Amino acid sequence: MEIDGSKKLLKIFISIENIDRMVLYSLTFYLFSSVAVLSALMVISAKNPVHSVLFLILSFVNASGLFVLLGAEFLAMILVVVYVGAVAVLFLFVVMMLDINFVKLREGFLQYLPFGALLGIVLVIELGILFLTDRSSNIYNNQTPLQPIVNEVENTKMIGQILYTEYFYLFQICGIILLVAMIGSITLTLRDKGGVKRQNIDSQNTVDASTAIEKKKVKIGEGI
Amino acid sequence: MITLEHYLFLGAIIFTLGVLGIFLNKKNLIIILMSIELILLSVNINFIAFSAYINDISGQIFAMLTLTVAAAEAAIGLAILVVFFRNLGSIEVNKINQLKG
Repeated sequence: MEIDGSKKLLKIFISIENIDRMVLYSLTFYLFSSVAVLSALMVISAKNPVHSVLFLILSFVNASGLFVLLGAEFLAMILVVVYVGAVAVLFLFVVMMLDINFVKLREGFLQYLPFGALLGIVLVIELGILFLTDRSSNIYNNQTPLQPIVNEVENTKMIGQILYTEYFYLFQICGIILLVAMIGSITLTLRDKGGVKRQNIDSQNTVDASTAIEKKKVKIGEGI
Repeated sequence: MITLEHYLFLGAIIFTLGVLGIFLNKKNLIIILMSIELILLSVNINFIAFSAYINDISGQIFAMLTLTVAAAEAAIGLAILVVFFRNLGSIEVNKINQLKG
């Protein structure tokens, strides 16, 4: 009797804990997603491109929070390191390096607003139709909450285990893409300035006495 | 309760914002590049949400591929931007008509 009672209590306690975790999960999701959407909105509407870049960073940080919620910790960290640490800083560099009159660039904003708004509304309606119809498919009937992938090995190890075996070619293609991007951007921006003296190793090595030494007869009392 | 649908809605909203950004900032090439980054981010959100939904880690691998492509695209895009600014002294997209296409 007593054991039954304590078991019942334990069950109730577990269910309360589950509900609490669910609520916490929902609240975190809504927090991260709303900030991500609002900052994405600010990215496209900010007057100053520096502010746009900073809002882009905010959006990416919140997206990485969502990735943690989905159990993709490694990708979340990669997103922060690669985007906030590299790409966003690259954008900031370019925005600050180039002397651009941003006020002039804003001039066409209102001109394109009706067309852009129309396009946005059409996209939203289409996506909404996709969500509202076809409720019979498996995705919508299965109303289980999204859970991170449960496994005894952690996320990073799991990714490593299949990235270097099953998806090894994809990994190498990633490397080639980055190499091509690097070479491409260097060749695009490298400028050959005139008047720079460079070492020519070949001509240095082929020097011998006949070419290196020049004999001149100098008259006494005169220069060369 | 947060289901797959919530994440798909979020991805759809961010994707739409990205497309909208391309059209609204037709003159500013930098914001267009940032909008493309937003679009790729929404693709990543979808990949990872589906990866959690079908309980398979492959989606995260493909999200990594998307990240790589996005980084490469940003690097090349900004390099083209710098060259373009050097040659014309402006980054207005309307002025890119050198190829007369």
